[in-house]
Amino acid sequence: MDMKRDYYEDIQLLDSRILWFWFIMLVASLAIFPFLAPNYYIYMANYMAIHVIVTVGLNILVGYTGQISLGHAGFFAIGAYGTVLSMTALHLPFPIALLAGAFIAAFFGFILGLPALRLEGPYLAIATLGFGMAITQVIGRWQVFGGRMGIEAPDLSIGSYILESDRQLYFLIVTVAFLLTLAARNLMKTRVGRAFIAIRDSDIAAETMGVNLTFYKTLAFAVSAFYAGIAGGLMAFLLGFINPSSFNFILSIYFLAFVIVGGLGSIFGSIMGGVFMTWLMLTLDKVQELPYLGSILITFSERWMNLTGLPNIASIIFGLIVVLLVVFEPLGLYGFWIRTKIYWKTWPF
Amino acid sequence: MFLQLVISGISFGSLYALVALAMVIIYKTSEVPNFGQGEMSMLSTFVAYALLVTHSHSFIFSFIGALLFAAALGIFLEFVFLRRAKDPNILSLILITLGFQMMLYGLASWKWGADQRDLPFPVSDFDVINLGTAVISYLNIATILITLVLMFMLFLFFKYTKVGIAMKATQQNVMAARINGIRTNRILSLTWAMSSMIGAVAGILLAPIATLDPNLMLDPLLKGFAAAVLGGMTTLVGAALGGYMLGVIENLFGGYISLEFKSVVAFGIIVLVLCFKPSGLFAKHYVRKV
Repeated sequence: MDMKRDYYEDIQLLDSRILWFWFIMLVASLAIFPFLAPNYYIYMANYMAIHVIVTVGLNILVGYTGQISLGHAGFFAIGAYGTVLSMTALHLPFPIALLAGAFIAAFFGFILGLPALRLEGPYLAIATLGFGMAITQVIGRWQVFGGRMGIEAPDLSIGSYILESDRQLYFLIVTVAFLLTLAARNLMKTRVGRAFIAIRDSDIAAETMGVNLTFYKTLAFAVSAFYAGIAGGLMAFLLGFINPSSFNFILSIYFLAFVIVGGLGSIFGSIMGGVFMTWLMLTLDKVQELPYLGSILITFSERWMNLTGLPNIASIIFGLIVVLLVVFEPLGLYGFWIRTKIYWKTWPF
Repeated sequence: MFLQLVISGISFGSLYALVALAMVIIYKTSEVPNFGQGEMSMLSTFVAYALLVTHSHSFIFSFIGALLFAAALGIFLEFVFLRRAKDPNILSLILITLGFQMMLYGLASWKWGADQRDLPFPVSDFDVINLGTAVISYLNIATILITLVLMFMLFLFFKYTKVGIAMKATQQNVMAARINGIRTNRILSLTWAMSSMIGAVAGILLAPIATLDPNLMLDPLLKGFAAAVLGGMTTLVGAALGGYMLGVIENLFGGYISLEFKSVVAFGIIVLVLCFKPSGLFAKHYVRKV
């Protein structure tokens, strides 16, 4: 659709005036949003931003490098516990603690990347699944981590500012999410990003072209884990409290579902996927409060199912969305977007 | 102490072996590790529970009912979702099974909530037989026996029946099997039904030891994968042996080294085996051609 004429055009971050315009609009609306929206929507926006970070990170691994991971809740947990413990036990200031947590996660990502060098497809899925479950088990049994009861996040302060309300957290979380997304988009336009894509398309061909597989595969895992770690660290403060059971296998699958729904191999898709699925998740949590549908579901649950289990309908819908998307639209929301765009560009035809 | 650990290890190991067998049967035909396996057997176990407790039928009736449900569920998933994927790659197949996993988990949690239930089992877990220094409960004996009988039946099925041989042919080469007049699509559905039934047996045998809730099979799923990887994802005998080995190793680790980190053993075994002998202990190594 768009013809690139030289290398510098290819590596530009935003390649047209129109994109620049929308980019500036986006920044402006993100900045204005917390002053206009009610509190619940700001909480939701924070949730979305954190999930966007994880989704972008996981997409670097799954969509761009072609390595599946079913253990991202593990990195998320490492980031959360790493950040909180660095602050409570080592008394580090928040920004350093957040980075420390993320780098610990990245280190574990590197470790997990090592067996990934010899594995592919189903075996890698199993190994990462095992990793994710093992992390939760270890955290749940070790007293340093607060055991099954979990630990509370300390007060959050950056310099002399103390961040308490969701509105104050918004500026931190959304800024971080924005920067990390931009960084991911940038990364994909560099030598490293192209190496990732080459590995996804064919690792043997990539190796014969001189891509160092050992380095780039472990790097992909480490970068992806770093993103999950940062997101985990922020999540600890959004929730105010973390315990091992919130980082279970189901969460790993949810993360993967975000990537699939958004679209494999697309940063913009990851943003759409993270935002849309988080909205769906938080809405379905209170499905009984929805107009019309809610009361139908309540009657149905009372007659046939179980009312307390009603929020689990989210899981059914997520599963259905994933299966249907994989079967009918493997590119996810990004695929819809591309098709709509082409439709309007070539309109009468 | 040692004997006791080995005995209960074998008892747990036979459950892992069943889960691993169920996975390997599907992996060999559909070439996808079925991540929905655990939830499929969990749901079948709940069906057994509903028939047995809620509708108070006899145990045999509920058991057979659950098996039939499991078979229908397997065929349904294969026919309605998996077959619709056109020209699927390995990632999309894995994602479809993960989609099943989410759907079934959500369905079971919606219907039965997170309450912990007990599945009454006709064989007691508390009556034991003394074997010198160790004891073995009737439930353990039943588990081990049922597993062995099931494995023997599987062996006979694959060795002597026409359908079993057709299934093996499909696993080796779909195209050649089709040329020889085998309806491979039906074989595929049948494979899912069989695998789902084996999983259901594992679930029903596990339920009296653990508590019955939607998380029943999350842990055994990982153990089943570990067992399958340990023995080799492409051999039935290997997967069964892998299950027993994993059960015993895990129990010995729990008894002598650390009870707390017992459940990390499975993950350690997965990583070690995959690093040093990726195709498993009992399978021939397969080399991908470029």
